[in-house]
Amino acid sequence: MLNYIIRRMFYAIPILIGVNLITFTLFFVVNTPDDMARMQLGIKRVTPEAIAKWKQERGYDKPLVFNSAEEGVQKFIRTIFFEKSAAMFAFNFGRADDGRDIAHEIKTRMLPSLAIALPVFLLGLVAYITFALVMVFFRATYIDFWGVVLCVALMSISSLFYIIGGQFLISKLWHLVPISGFGSGLDASKFLVLPVVIGVISGAGASTRWYRTIFLEEMGKDYVRTARAKGLPETIVLFRHVLRNALIPVLTGAVVVIPLLFLGSLIAESFFGIPGLGSYTIDAINSQDFAVVRAMVFLGSFLYIIGLILTDISYTLVDPRIRLE
Amino acid sequence: MKVLFKYLPALFVVSLSACGGDSWNDPYPTADVDRNILYSAFAERPKHLDPVQSYSSNEIMFTAQVYEPPLQYHYLKRPYKLVPLSATKMPVVQYVDKNGRRLTDGIDNEKIAYTIYEISIKPGIRYQPHPAFARNEQGKFLYHNLTARDLAKVYKLNDFPHTDTRELTAEDFVFEIKRLAHPRLHSPIFGLMSDYIVGLKEYSTTLKTAAKKQLRKQGKDTYLDLNNYALEGAQVVDSHTYRIKIKGKYPQFMYWLAMPFFAPIPWEAERFYTQQGLAEKNITLDWYPVGTGPYMLTENNPNLVMILEKNPNFHGETYPVGGTTEDMKKGLLADVGRPLPFISKLKFYRDKESIPRWNKFLQGYYDASGIGSDSFDQAVQITGQGEATVTEAMRVQGIRLETAVATSTYYMGFNMLDPIVGGFTDSARRLRQAISIAVDYEEYVSIFANGRGIPAQGPIAPGIAGHRYGKEGINTIVYDWENEKPRRKPIETARALLAEAGYPNGINVKTSAPLVLYFDVTARGAEDKSKLDWMRKQFQKLSIQLVVRSTDYNRFQDKIRKGNAQIFEWGWNADYPDPENFLFLLHGPQRKVGNDGENAANYDNPEYNDLFEEMKNMEDSPERQKIIDRMVKILRHDAPWLWGYHPKDYGLYHAWYKNVKPNRISHNNMKYYRIDANLRGKKRHNWNKPVLWPVVACLIVLLVGLVPGVVAYRRKERGIGVENLRAQGKNA
Repeated sequence: MLNYIIRRMFYAIPILIGVNLITFTLFFVVNTPDDMARMQLGIKRVTPEAIAKWKQERGYDKPLVFNSAEEGVQKFIRTIFFEKSAAMFAFNFGRADDGRDIAHEIKTRMLPSLAIALPVFLLGLVAYITFALVMVFFRATYIDFWGVVLCVALMSISSLFYIIGGQFLISKLWHLVPISGFGSGLDASKFLVLPVVIGVISGAGASTRWYRTIFLEEMGKDYVRTARAKGLPETIVLFRHVLRNALIPVLTGAVVVIPLLFLGSLIAESFFGIPGLGSYTIDAINSQDFAVVRAMVFLGSFLYIIGLILTDISYTLVDPRIRLE
Repeated sequence: MKVLFKYLPALFVVSLSACGGDSWNDPYPTADVDRNILYSAFAERPKHLDPVQSYSSNEIMFTAQVYEPPLQYHYLKRPYKLVPLSATKMPVVQYVDKNGRRLTDGIDNEKIAYTIYEISIKPGIRYQPHPAFARNEQGKFLYHNLTARDLAKVYKLNDFPHTDTRELTAEDFVFEIKRLAHPRLHSPIFGLMSDYIVGLKEYSTTLKTAAKKQLRKQGKDTYLDLNNYALEGAQVVDSHTYRIKIKGKYPQFMYWLAMPFFAPIPWEAERFYTQQGLAEKNITLDWYPVGTGPYMLTENNPNLVMILEKNPNFHGETYPVGGTTEDMKKGLLADVGRPLPFISKLKFYRDKESIPRWNKFLQGYYDASGIGSDSFDQAVQITGQGEATVTEAMRVQGIRLETAVATSTYYMGFNMLDPIVGGFTDSARRLRQAISIAVDYEEYVSIFANGRGIPAQGPIAPGIAGHRYGKEGINTIVYDWENEKPRRKPIETARALLAEAGYPNGINVKTSAPLVLYFDVTARGAEDKSKLDWMRKQFQKLSIQLVVRSTDYNRFQDKIRKGNAQIFEWGWNADYPDPENFLFLLHGPQRKVGNDGENAANYDNPEYNDLFEEMKNMEDSPERQKIIDRMVKILRHDAPWLWGYHPKDYGLYHAWYKNVKPNRISHNNMKYYRIDANLRGKKRHNWNKPVLWPVVACLIVLLVGLVPGVVAYRRKERGIGVENLRAQGKNA
């Protein structure tokens, strides 16, 4: 298994280079280093000298990918792409355009993101699987029918609506929790209730339907018939046999997102005033901060790859027949 | 699972107990209830808090409370008036000729080679407590030579246990002026100031050379001691007096002395913050200001909250006298003579979205709010007399509305280099004049700005010297004076002008082709489509086809810089209350193309340019007003802009928020504000009582829903058992 993991990690390198290249290309198609400098230096009274100085200080005064003024391999090394990318593979994210250390920002913002994403993930997983199993238990009845209708309805509503509606009802009309904000320690709990509830509800429709489909597929298999033939109650059949055998597809969807929980939610964090990484990414995109955008995309890709490897490993835990070689 | 359910109720109880006060939705810590704190919100995190670099309004909101330049604006007087802040009196201005001989006032401007401002500062002013000043028993600075070991447990400025202070000296002001040219810093006004402050440009070169030399010698970027390098244009006279020497005459320089760019910075702070290890921990002067003002920044977490607390070393200032009867009626003079500041702590929370911000204001958790277009109808109503006032719902809550015309202008510009709409030919001029009449800005302000604006008659905003009111202030190209108010000329006048321009009914007489014009705008969302449709309709009145060229903001700026736009929208917020700060936007040498200035229309009229040069060096006087009138007349005739409108600021304030006089020019106003924290506490309590019946109802619905579920479950389980028995029987 160790060999497999090492091999997969090596496969990740070209993927990360590719992602980095795509991010770089997309970013610089829209923004030139001059645009970035103007964005940082403001609109009023920005002189060409100030722009040149800003670029020079941050290494944006070089050609993007090919430096014809240099010799040999330096033609590729003395470029913005190489200089900005090489350090990233050593997880040296450098500084944002406003001078703040990106690694420090990531460290401090990771926990607020996780404080919302982890409960949403865990509670959601439990709730969705339970609802899906209930619907499967009552399959082909009015409970199943109306359950599916409810899921489709929940799926059809934008997550923004849940956020605004939730803030309006629970915070503004009923005054039960703060509308937005964040605190440290125990103080944070009052701010987490609403985003967590909304996060779970907004994902309920699609996830419950997906799990229902997986479980229904399992229900038709021989081992279920055998379990019933043994006289086992349906609840035991569902929770002990069907659930366990359906874990492979469940894990495929669930484990891969675990590392990504650190990255937070782009919209929810902005609306709830959570100082997490989702909010950080949105700010960076709005302020054309390439250093932060690049770091967050790189981190996202890296964590996704880690998630895929963890998924593979989890298969071996739930199904002893699977070997990673 | 059992464990989870076991602890869920406990978690719920803990969450509720964590809620501040007796309101469950209180976002603030319980300890802050009823304390003398002002709560405000900010949407965008500040980029710079170093006074030499910060320029945006979202930055100056913080820096203006911490730093004290020599001058400030009188809080109550209008038009705006400069008064001393850290200076003892207004600067003494001396004019000298090229030989250094002193000239007397009223002398011919052409003979003035230099102007010297001598500024005396108040003795006894002390800086806020800061580790940069802390010394040991031997008198050596404690934190000026920090090692990696010293910094191991330092993550923020408060982690330094020792702080100290010292008296403000004239050297600190000179030090800050020198910092304008520091090679490591980006001062947005360096370009402008190097044209005025004697030797500043050369000083920049000197510092660059010195920094390079130091880098070569020491191998790393270290503290560059500006005290070792003299600047001719900024000199210390004695410990409490300094002089600034500028080239020629530039009366507007006095306004710059009221901005944080000219606030004092102690060299100790620069020395302290330049240490490598601190910068790596984001502890820099750009993030932790060191000032003498009424407040000091004690928590800087721009992702969540920024907290300013009373500076214990503040030298003291009292609420100003000099308000009007109107101010007295509004209760603005109740605190005259009382010591400032009134509020002990200012808490600025980051709330990026307008909906949560607005709702928290209505719940009393923010003390003031702007008004977004979404909430305008909820907040404001227009009376029969056309006066804006709060709605009944707001009035019941005790919320009041404060309005003021901003010292800003939003206009539509013509690129004067464009072959169709640009230039000074009669044809192009008449075309621009016709469009000026056709685009109905009264309607625009009414529809798209909820009436929050005044259609502009020229570039100078109301409240600024040089702006003319009433009949003598109207743009006679576009308006007639009827029934004591300006009335836009009929569209027939515009059509006649268009015909004279060579485009009768929007057809080019030479080519018989329809006239097509291009409107360059930044990429717009769906909500702006109606604005663009409206704009097309305005041009359609003259049978002109308006093609909208939408692009992203970067490309738009690029087009403006290269002169590739034809018609565009732009705006300007005044730096200081002087007509020069508006009229320079049309000064030829300031054009964008070729000169990278602020004249986006690239307007370049020699007569106007000459008048500008004459006007800019004059003090406010009837002679200056005459020149301004002439300049505005030229502009109206040439019509390089559709003058657009001057926006009106609408602000909502709760009943407990006192002493608010809207002011867009000065920003150090927090010290004048007062909060009635007891009233706020009572109101918050009344407005935010938890409503529990929906929770109970939800639980009941859930329980009621469970009963048929359980019944169905049992029936199904029995059914399955019977089915299985039957199946087994069949198989047997």
